[in-house]
Amino acid sequence: MGIQMESEGLLIDYRYCTGCHACEVACKKEHGMESDQFGIRVFKNGPFKTGKDTWQYDFVPIPTDMCDLCSGRAAKGKEPSCVVHCQSFAITHGPIEKLAGIAAKSPKQAMFTVKAG
Amino acid sequence: MEIDEVWRERKANAAYHPGESTWEEDGYTVTRTTHWSAPGCHDGCAVLLYVKDGKLEKVEGDPCSPYNKGRLCMRCLAMPEYVNHPMRLKYPLKRVGARGENKWERISWDEAYEIIVGKWKETVENYGYKAILRGNGTGRNGFWQTRAIHTVALGGFSAGGVLSGDTCYVPRVQAMNNLMGGPSVADCAQMYEESFEHPEWRRPDVMIVWGCDPLKSNSDGFWGHWVVDLMKQGTRFITVDPDLTWIAAKSEIHLPVRPGTDAALALAMIDVICKEDLYDHDFVSRWCYGFDELEARAAEYPADEVAPVVGVEAEDIRRAARMYANAEVGSVQWGVSVDMHTHGVATAHAIMCLWSICGDVDVPGGVVFPAEGYTTADCSAAMGKFSLPENKPTPDTMWMRPGAEDYPMRMGQGAWDRALEVLETGEPFEYKMMYLGQTNTFVCSSSESQRVLDALNKIDFIFTLDPFLTPTAVALCDLVLPAAMSCERDSFREWWAPLRAIKKVTQYHEAKSDDEFLLELGKRTRPEVFDQWEDHEAFINWLINERNGGKCDHVSFEELVDAGYLYAPFEYRKYEKGLLRSDGTPGFNTPTGRIELWSTVFSRFGLDPLPYFKEPRESPVRTPELAKEFPFVLTTGHRSFEFFHSEHRQPGTMRDFHPDPLVRINAQDAFELGIEDGDWVWLENVHGKCKQRADIDDGMKRGVVSAEHGWWFPEQEAAAPNLYGSLACNSNQLTTECDIGPTGYGAPYKCQICKVYKVTPENDTLERTPEEVERGVKARLVARPANAQ
Repeated sequence: MGIQMESEGLLIDYRYCTGCHACEVACKKEHGMESDQFGIRVFKNGPFKTGKDTWQYDFVPIPTDMCDLCSGRAAKGKEPSCVVHCQSFAITHGPIEKLAGIAAKSPKQAMFTVKAG
Repeated sequence: MEIDEVWRERKANAAYHPGESTWEEDGYTVTRTTHWSAPGCHDGCAVLLYVKDGKLEKVEGDPCSPYNKGRLCMRCLAMPEYVNHPMRLKYPLKRVGARGENKWERISWDEAYEIIVGKWKETVENYGYKAILRGNGTGRNGFWQTRAIHTVALGGFSAGGVLSGDTCYVPRVQAMNNLMGGPSVADCAQMYEESFEHPEWRRPDVMIVWGCDPLKSNSDGFWGHWVVDLMKQGTRFITVDPDLTWIAAKSEIHLPVRPGTDAALALAMIDVICKEDLYDHDFVSRWCYGFDELEARAAEYPADEVAPVVGVEAEDIRRAARMYANAEVGSVQWGVSVDMHTHGVATAHAIMCLWSICGDVDVPGGVVFPAEGYTTADCSAAMGKFSLPENKPTPDTMWMRPGAEDYPMRMGQGAWDRALEVLETGEPFEYKMMYLGQTNTFVCSSSESQRVLDALNKIDFIFTLDPFLTPTAVALCDLVLPAAMSCERDSFREWWAPLRAIKKVTQYHEAKSDDEFLLELGKRTRPEVFDQWEDHEAFINWLINERNGGKCDHVSFEELVDAGYLYAPFEYRKYEKGLLRSDGTPGFNTPTGRIELWSTVFSRFGLDPLPYFKEPRESPVRTPELAKEFPFVLTTGHRSFEFFHSEHRQPGTMRDFHPDPLVRINAQDAFELGIEDGDWVWLENVHGKCKQRADIDDGMKRGVVSAEHGWWFPEQEAAAPNLYGSLACNSNQLTTECDIGPTGYGAPYKCQICKVYKVTPENDTLERTPEEVERGVKARLVARPANAQ
């Protein structure tokens, strides 16, 4: 089994992702990626009506196979670049056990495990 | 994660070097400073600049900053692409072909100064200062400073942003200055270094986001994602916007208004609040003037009658009014849509009355008067004392300023729209030279693009300072000077708080900042003024301190760089403490000492002293016959994350994300027109046409289309007639000059009408028939108060 509780990942609080692309560009610049490469990518859901006056209109960033959780930054004690630059503080990095604890307290949390423990 | 918790950890993290202004890291020299422009925006985020071998390699947000707390938008993150872009201007260029041919030769700065000063002396001697015209791009580093500086260095008339009716923020500022005694801003704890942790701050219970998408626009010194910070802390939202922005989708009430009807909505909300007795009696009786008159005026706008005009449900107007008025603290974050109507000042007036009668002024979480001291306007006053006699705002010099006599509120400034008329007719005089300080005029700010392009082309000598060769430079300029970008400037940022240092870390070829250039130019045109500053640093030191009017401690530029930023003292409820008026008595800085719901100033100028609503000149209600031909309401200037006005269009990450101009269209409307997502469509009305790509979903209001502005394609042919493709996609082909309000402020960039149809190989030309052209020319206006109907 690859995924252990000490595995690391990103927790996305997609109540607040505004689709601003800061995480995508921060990641590209941190890793010097080509224009068609992404380490994290924002996907749009909506807008469509869920009731008379309510809408589904969300964005969710999803780490790609190129995400290494900014291991170089981590070695210096820095947060991953997407986490620092997210304009909504909507991305949290950490061991999935910690992230699961945070996720359990609020709706619309998406946890992505990136690195096996 | 809680915002405060995350930020506390960041501030304490040694990896981010808290408290240090510069350090070495992995072969980079890292500098903690502020970015403003170029490329610009209306904020001033704290950044870490990573430089290696004299080249900017990487930009990160400063995790220790109270302002953005490490967060940074995609434009700043990609900043090195633009700073090091191969298309940048490296040296001064002199035109050698005809205007529009894009033929240049490299000259030295000394030669450039010689040419400018020669033309300036010739113009002043032969035609007087009146023949000099000046314009400035918005959000430029030193926007206010540079306008104040070139007013002193060159004299002549400032066309401002070359924007009809100065209709970006200025109508709101005029309303706030005259009715409240000064500008206010939604309080997101930005006046305090402690940010949200300051003990006196609280979040508003309800915020109305009115006519803006703050997440994208970051307008007027307001960091857009602060609204998300408020949302996380429990603020509930009402959004007034024809489009379903992200904030609108997360709001309890979304009011998708027909563009241009915001004043009617605000008055209807005031009426509900008065009739249902929801207003703040104590605040109104102690601090407002003219409440009974306002109540009577608002009664002319009952929700049931206003609803079909605005295009929302009457019950939603009532719900919004109750939700806002019942909040213990309410707040409004408003945008340029408020201004962009002929009667934009009246719209701003109405919204101000709404927050005032609810007592939301200068209270924690409300709309607050920013910290005095390091504010923007003081620089104009500081430089103003060196103005030429012809530039003093007195009755004797009104002839210098077209429109000054007709628009009493513009006595000191005049009006660009009237200068346009002077340009076109050559009466009563001719403009002979013009300075364009980083402004892309007909591509971006100017309505009726082709008309403005043709008019400016009559000026004998035009020179510009800009980081890139723009369509404006190619089409109009005789001399083009390379502008430094933010990381190449020693400067400062202060709109609103804190006062921030901008530290130069690199030099790009021969580029100079606006204030470096104007100081050097001023030493040649008016040495008696400019020689008091030995060099640029002396000038910066003077600007920083002179402008604070003695309200803050003296600080040198060097000290500011070390500190990074300084917060001026800030207090709430300044009107109770005698902190707003120069005589030190309690109250507001207005003639009556109260917030003037009924304006004594407007009354004195013969203007309506109360807020009102008027239909846009061309609208489905006012011109129903015309609207049959042009069935959509057109709003322009739709913002995106990728661009600041006409900037960031060079090939690079921003264009990868956003390659083409987009016009928002409702899915059902598009279906009925046979238009699919991504199709190129023409937008056309009496005034002109342009093409953009359809961006379709269910969120856009039916019957309204929202186009982007500022588009050009630096990768395309520069020479005329293509001019980097800047006319074909230009939504300002459909807007109007000279339809400005009776105050002299406000213009209808966001409330035109148009038709929409697919671009086909047969119709894919910007050319119009002679009849269509003639119809457009006939529809042109001249700016007169009597025309402001």
